[in-house]
Amino acid sequence: MSKKLGRGVALVGAGMSKFGAFPDKSGRDLFVEAFQDMRQSVDKGFDPADIETIYIGNFSSDLFEGQSHTAPIMADVVGLTPRPATRIEDACASGGAALRQGILAIASGLYDIALVGGVEKMTNLPTAEVTDTLAAAADILYEIPAGFTFPGFYAAIASAYMHKYGLKPEQLMNVAIKNHENGALNPNAQFGVTIPAWMEGRKVAAQKKGRPVPTWQNEMEFLHDDSANPMIAWPLRLFDCSPITDGATAVLLVAEEIAPRFTDHPLHIIGSGQASDVALHDRDDLTSLSAARRAAQEAYAMAGVTAEDIRLAEVHDCFTIAEIIATEDLGFFAPGDGFKAAEDRVTARDGAKPVNTSGGLKSKGHPVGASGVAQAVEIFKQMRGEAGERQVARDLPLGLTHNLGGTGGTCVVHIFERRA
Amino acid sequence: MKSKIERPFTAASFQAYLNENKLMGSHCPHCQAHFLPPRAICPHCYGDQLAWVEFSGQGKLAAFTTIYIAPSAMIAAGYGRDNPYLAGVVELEEGVKISGQILGADAAIGVPLTATFVERGEGEAKRRYLAFQIA
Repeated sequence: MSKKLGRGVALVGAGMSKFGAFPDKSGRDLFVEAFQDMRQSVDKGFDPADIETIYIGNFSSDLFEGQSHTAPIMADVVGLTPRPATRIEDACASGGAALRQGILAIASGLYDIALVGGVEKMTNLPTAEVTDTLAAAADILYEIPAGFTFPGFYAAIASAYMHKYGLKPEQLMNVAIKNHENGALNPNAQFGVTIPAWMEGRKVAAQKKGRPVPTWQNEMEFLHDDSANPMIAWPLRLFDCSPITDGATAVLLVAEEIAPRFTDHPLHIIGSGQASDVALHDRDDLTSLSAARRAAQEAYAMAGVTAEDIRLAEVHDCFTIAEIIATEDLGFFAPGDGFKAAEDRVTARDGAKPVNTSGGLKSKGHPVGASGVAQAVEIFKQMRGEAGERQVARDLPLGLTHNLGGTGGTCVVHIFERRA
Repeated sequence: MKSKIERPFTAASFQAYLNENKLMGSHCPHCQAHFLPPRAICPHCYGDQLAWVEFSGQGKLAAFTTIYIAPSAMIAAGYGRDNPYLAGVVELEEGVKISGQILGADAAIGVPLTATFVERGEGEAKRRYLAFQIA
């Protein structure tokens, strides 16, 4: 029998800071921006004093900012002490896991109104130290000594996928091209520019500096150029990887029965699933993430819907290969068909199954602990017809979020429904 | 029956064996299952009567990458953009998989490998690591 929430939970507000590199802003500054953006999004307004509990997704403020015990600080900067404030850490799935804790807190009947946030301030550290910090999301005793980095793990997954299904590295680039097309229409995106526009920008910059102007004729030539798109971990290049980002997010969850006090257009959270998994090397199949399959099954069963019913999804594209595998693990496409769907633009904004209309982690940015909540922000905007230039031009009654931690040691899946 | 050497099933014991050029994991006599790295509790039967077992170190490459942007520890060992290195997941002949640095040219999925033990780091940071040589 499928698991059920104790009572209905609705999403009635969703906001985010701009994502990017902000030397003059701390994590808490970004959270204040996200909180204010969320307040603006609540149709009928609300009194922040009515918030009863706070969950904050954050991966490693300890190493990124030298600040542990982050949740009470986030509560404080928006005036919410002495309410309980708890940090949730599941690596890159911290945001999704925090969202789930907020849902469970309301479903339990203990609270009616919960604030869920996500925050990560990553750009204080040099790249090598960011790489080391992210590597701590893997098994530091048995995986990291092999020399693995996070791009390295997903590159190894890609190698197994290429071997099994005949994917060619250049086909991964379809994911990056699509997500930058979407991100170019998202004013909060860190790299909100299409890849062709990026390429032209590089030409203009070279000309200005009196350097030889590159002769790329199209985006694929640009993406094949080692100087423009250097190898990070074969077969993954720079444009296969999500960036290092500062950013914060905030959403407001309420008990379904009081949702009309906040808005006439809430999103009902009808499915929630979460699962864990062993280290990458301990898995039978290196081309699929079983935590994602399990979390999706749990969420679909709770919601009483199937993969076919989902009209819109934000998935965890920390690397291009991760989006391809996510679309298979969620059941949108058969194993081995995900990269073909990306190539055929099925997952484009005007395709049958739009994926990562926000620009995804790739273009919007990936402030680790904030990303899972940011997915819910995009679903909130799209399903309510508030996504501006990147609005999907179809009715979107059902949306889904898929948030991975590490190499799939954690996956959290949520399903959202709009009834009005 | 106790194993001859009564080392606990910890990362420190695994490392102590690596320092002796041995690839050691654990074995559940009830489930006949091998575990590498060693587990103290069998995840199938939850039994705790496991014994140390030595792995042959023979296997084949299951997944791999060539890393150009290295973590600090590998940069300190001389690797990076101009000297990339391979990391991979290796399927051992005993049926379990493990991560390791991959040494040698012409990596491809399925190539046979042999466990080897490499030293990285200087002074107190010097440590022996599990690696696999392409035959």
